[in-house]
Amino acid sequence: MNTTGQVTGIISNIVIVKADGPVAQNEICYVHYGDLRLMAEVIKVIGDDAYVQVFDSTRGLKIGDKVEFQGHMLEVTLAPGILSRSYDGLQNDLEKLEGLFIQRGSRTEPMDFNAKWEFTPLAKEGDTVEAGTWLGEVKEKWVMHKIMVPFSFEGKYTVKSVAPAGQYTIEETMAVLTDADGKEHKVTMVQKWPVKIPIKAYVEKPRPSRIMETGVRPIDTLNPLAEGGTGFIPGPFGAGKTVLQHAISKQADADIIIFVACGERANEVVEVFKEFPELEDPRTGHKLMERTTIICNTSNMPVAAREASVYTGMTIGEYYRAMGLKVLILADSTSRWAQALREMSNRLEELPGQDAFPMDLSAIISNFYARAGLVYLSNGEKGSVTFLGTVSPAGGNLKEPVTESTKKAARCFYALAQGRADSKRYPAIDPVDSYSKYLEYPEIVEYLDERVEKGWVDKVNKAKTLILRGKEAQEQINILGDDGVPVEYHDRFWKSELIDFVILQQDAFDKIDANTPLERQRFMLNTILDICAKSFEYSDFEECQNFFKTLINIFKQLNYSQWESDDFRKYCEQIEQTVKEKESGAKEKAA
Amino acid sequence: MNTKAFQKVYTKIDNITKATVSLKAPGVGNDELATVGGKLAQVVKVNGDTVTLQIFSGTEGISTDSEVIFHGEPPKLNVSDNLAGRFFNAYGEPIEGGKQIEGEAREIGGPTVNPFKRLQPSELIATGIAGIDLNNTIVTGQKIPFFADPDQPYNEVMAMVALRAKADKIILGGMGMTNDDFLYFKHVFENAGALDRIVSFVNTTENPPVERLLVPDMALTAAEYFAVDKGEKVLVLLTDMTQYADALAIVANRMDQIPSKDSMPGSLYSDLAKIYEKAVQLPNGGSITIIAVTTLSGGDITHAVPDNTGYITEGQLFLRTDSDTGKVIVDPFRSLSRLKQLVIGKKTREDHPQVMNAAVRLYADAANAKTKLENGFDLSDYDERTLKFAYDYSKKLLAIDVNMDINSMLDTAWELFAKYFTQTEVAIKQDLMDKYWPKN
Repeated sequence: MNTTGQVTGIISNIVIVKADGPVAQNEICYVHYGDLRLMAEVIKVIGDDAYVQVFDSTRGLKIGDKVEFQGHMLEVTLAPGILSRSYDGLQNDLEKLEGLFIQRGSRTEPMDFNAKWEFTPLAKEGDTVEAGTWLGEVKEKWVMHKIMVPFSFEGKYTVKSVAPAGQYTIEETMAVLTDADGKEHKVTMVQKWPVKIPIKAYVEKPRPSRIMETGVRPIDTLNPLAEGGTGFIPGPFGAGKTVLQHAISKQADADIIIFVACGERANEVVEVFKEFPELEDPRTGHKLMERTTIICNTSNMPVAAREASVYTGMTIGEYYRAMGLKVLILADSTSRWAQALREMSNRLEELPGQDAFPMDLSAIISNFYARAGLVYLSNGEKGSVTFLGTVSPAGGNLKEPVTESTKKAARCFYALAQGRADSKRYPAIDPVDSYSKYLEYPEIVEYLDERVEKGWVDKVNKAKTLILRGKEAQEQINILGDDGVPVEYHDRFWKSELIDFVILQQDAFDKIDANTPLERQRFMLNTILDICAKSFEYSDFEECQNFFKTLINIFKQLNYSQWESDDFRKYCEQIEQTVKEKESGAKEKAA
Repeated sequence: MNTKAFQKVYTKIDNITKATVSLKAPGVGNDELATVGGKLAQVVKVNGDTVTLQIFSGTEGISTDSEVIFHGEPPKLNVSDNLAGRFFNAYGEPIEGGKQIEGEAREIGGPTVNPFKRLQPSELIATGIAGIDLNNTIVTGQKIPFFADPDQPYNEVMAMVALRAKADKIILGGMGMTNDDFLYFKHVFENAGALDRIVSFVNTTENPPVERLLVPDMALTAAEYFAVDKGEKVLVLLTDMTQYADALAIVANRMDQIPSKDSMPGSLYSDLAKIYEKAVQLPNGGSITIIAVTTLSGGDITHAVPDNTGYITEGQLFLRTDSDTGKVIVDPFRSLSRLKQLVIGKKTREDHPQVMNAAVRLYADAANAKTKLENGFDLSDYDERTLKFAYDYSKKLLAIDVNMDINSMLDTAWELFAKYFTQTEVAIKQDLMDKYWPKN
């Protein structure tokens, strides 16, 4: 018999429940409101009183209303059919919800329980298996979705039988396993897992050794994100966090994308809803939506469910990782999640930390980021969860608690700078403040040597030095005036502008410029570094300015041209010509 | 508010603070309305039998034996077509005489539109102001505030935008508005003959501040009636949201909540989002567009109110007086409309995005030249030309008293480009320059 209880207090979305039996922390319960059942989670227990946060409006609730405890934590349902769906933070299928408005207490099934899937067995009778072992597979969109031994199974089991190839619904028995005591367990295609507990069905979590290609030049070239790595994008509003994340979600070299819209604008999610079913994944030719799952808990949806949404996204990601797939999770924005924690902590009257955030904010964020990673599965295959979150620092100040806590946890830092956004230098990733720790990993250096070219990371660092030197030169020019500095300062500054305009700036709304494959990035960086290595002579700073402005203009046209098209070659020649003329002009003068 | 027969009357209040009272009253629902000594109040906390009520107009004069009557329902607004042309207070009661509106009583602050059922905003709202149409195009279903210092003419600009935009209904939510400003709006709308399209919910500075908290929900409930039920294009004007946030802070403070940044409640983001996210493009063709005002203190946008607002809204508009031309302009650097990408170059002429960017870039170069000049450095020929360009750009395009359609704005921009610059300096895609660069 499940524990029941009665409402004895209501403070906004926190309800105090007098329980008549045992209650677990984070246990799910339903508060009855007329015919509706409002879902809630236990967040504190004092004596018989359970403090539950309701994932819905508490308007109209009364003292004495009935509460039913469920005996389990907040769970997601894992089965074939997750891809291309749009869930809310509690895994309700938004597409199936009826009516224009989301009515209180409405629930929908996260899966289609009647759909049939073409099953192919992978395990056979007598095999020894454990949690996460692949028993068979079904084709979900174009992904081979593995049917696994449920993650909740502890220890070793022996396969007694596996269903033969054929069509099955997700609730049919696909295998029977025998445990050490000889007890039989049926396995179906569907299992449930509590979102706050990491799925650990892997053997080892090594250091990342490859990069996740995104087609975004300031990321791939300058500060690459590793596959199985973590990164975050802090930036004041208007700096282009969302545009950048959308670009990555469209272009990233991943098998599965999980997009968590956490406490952000609904219109932005609508953009994804509208675009993804139409856009093609350039690598597979399939629609982007087919590899995507959207978890959508926009800013006006209940705050408590916002907190759940990032965990729901992560758990689904870990599920696909256990199938040996490359998963990329994008969360926009993790600050909204932290704010949800703050609202909750505030209502519980906990002693606050900095800016009224809960004291354990840093630990919560670290634990969450730690769930990402590359893993080796028991069958030797690799799977990965790469996590990239945005942070919306209050007042654009990076010294606030959420940014600082995330900085401790994430390995890549893509700082969006207000100054760059103001001068429309998009993406506004600050080339000096941003970093990728992965460039220091010998595994990654070695990988890039092979994937791009020998000595690539040295070239990247050279470009970074040029940018830094350019910035210093610019400061000098600003202080002393154009004529007050030697012309070399202008040369130094304009070389960094060349890198800025050609590599760092990228037009996310242009079909070609938006997505630059690594081969093209290699070509661009090499071309630019060659020009930067030359020493030109100028009669005055204006000549220097004009020369680079001309170059930048041609390079911009080049960036808009199809790779290796006629236009592309034409602009390459123009660049070569312009550089040559400048060099020979200088020689003539010297002579 | 008439009392009904079955309502129970309580006459023993236990605690009275500046804004709240608590009493023992079993069987009361959360968020329910009540009348306390003739004043409207709402349940904000229930603990066992003890109910805490927030009195909107303050607890002055409430005594421990004042009558407390529970209404058994949350705040509602009577909606019908008769709302149009009327002026209401924060409770949805007609001001300046007139009868109470008959109609369906709807709970204010109702549920959220399922994001999956929304349409992507795609219809441009033309205002004739280049700082908006050209640089920061607004679309239906968008939410965008003016970030303005109190001395700037934001209410005037907003009234102008509202009248030029071809909206079926304009709903004004005034919070902490001075009576003069309220009369200004009324006068402008009356003069334009637009009064039958306007619904106003107004809390002026003469009214108690906490009452303001009801205004946005009232205005948006009316907006949802016209947009959802009638399929109309509704424009909601909310001024001033900083005053709304101040009222939130007052209540949070009196409820002993721990304040976060700038003494604002920790839930400020969610509170504001609940309002702004009502902006929507609906499948039936109806839409709610919100244009709001957030007043700044000394231009500080890092303050919690503008900061949280910026993260919620789809851009922001800044007004500035251009010192060279003496005109009020929409600042091209700091203003942003996030949804412009959905229409520019698609619903407008193909050259729109690039012309917009090039003009802003050249205007930025002018700003740099100006800095140089101020620091006593010599200007190059290019610098001189950017300064001349900036003057014309500001006077002929950005000034808010200029009123023209978008194609004329683009043509004007091309003329200015050709007048002051070479094609290399303008650096737009070549095929567009070939097509639009003025021939003579």
